[in-house]
Amino acid sequence: MGKLSPRHAVVDNNICVACGSCADICPMGAMEIVSGVFARPVEERCVGCGRCARECPASAIRVEVRS
Amino acid sequence: MNKQRRWYHYLWLWSIIYFSLGLVNILFAWLGLISFCLPLILAIGGGNKLFCNRYCDRGQLLRVMGSQAGLSMRREMPEWMKGRAFRYGFMVFFFAMFFNIIYVSWLVASGIQGLNEAVTVLWSLQLPWSWSYSSGIEPWVAQFAFGLYSLMLTSEIIAIAAMLIYKPRSWCVFCPMGTLTQTICRARYVPTIK
Ligand code: SF4
Ligand code: SF4
Ligand code: SF4
Repeated sequence: MGKLSPRHAVVDNNICVACGSCADICPMGAMEIVSGVFARPVEERCVGCGRCARECPASAIRVEVRS
Repeated sequence: MNKQRRWYHYLWLWSIIYFSLGLVNILFAWLGLISFCLPLILAIGGGNKLFCNRYCDRGQLLRVMGSQAGLSMRREMPEWMKGRAFRYGFMVFFFAMFFNIIYVSWLVASGIQGLNEAVTVLWSLQLPWSWSYSSGIEPWVAQFAFGLYSLMLTSEIIAIAAMLIYKPRSWCVFCPMGTLTQTICRARYVPTIK
């Protein structure tokens, strides 16, 4: 795996309803739903494109600069 | 990354088949119980929302209509609609309506009430639906079918309205089955350090 992209998706677990829309839309297959509770991006795969954030009905995703 | 299409990506067709079958014969409405039982079995038995994430026909239909066909206006949902009070309140209301269907079916079975051959939309508008019912079937069986079809149709209308106005899968934010299964999964969840 190459180096990480400068931006990545961050999910607010308190807002996420674990619907899976983000995982459905992610072109990198980078979103996983953890035990039916919340979504979590796989850091090595996420390229910070923001498609998941646009799709998320609960507005639980932000795209941020990696710290 | 190219996503492979799998058989379950076409389950949205089930929504169309289900509502069409109910037009022909109301007894097919009983099949709606699959959408009640399967998510619960997966959540209780497997501790996951695989039904929502993979197998839900409605979730997929909203994606196909809203995202793929571009029918969604994609507005942000109001905050109160995403809040816990509304989500849990709607879930309680929805399941109260479901248990009311069982209660009314029991009233019909015990002869206290007669069969109402109508589909009720949005808990108020009664649509005559007698053509889809032929006598010879136990009236309570038909009553439950009319009730369940009404509930499924009502929630489908709300889901599509939410898809049109807000983001495609906005219904999933306050869907009673989604809220219930997430609650079950949350209760079972043991965090692991990653
Ligand atoms: S789309 Fe949003 S609410 Fe749904 S699983 Fe992803 S982060 Fe959670
Ligand atoms: S930002 Fe893009 S790559 Fe990252 S999880 Fe979201 S959709 Fe996938
Ligand atoms: S939240 Fe409801 S409509 Fe959405 S995928 Fe889950 S069960 Fe289906």
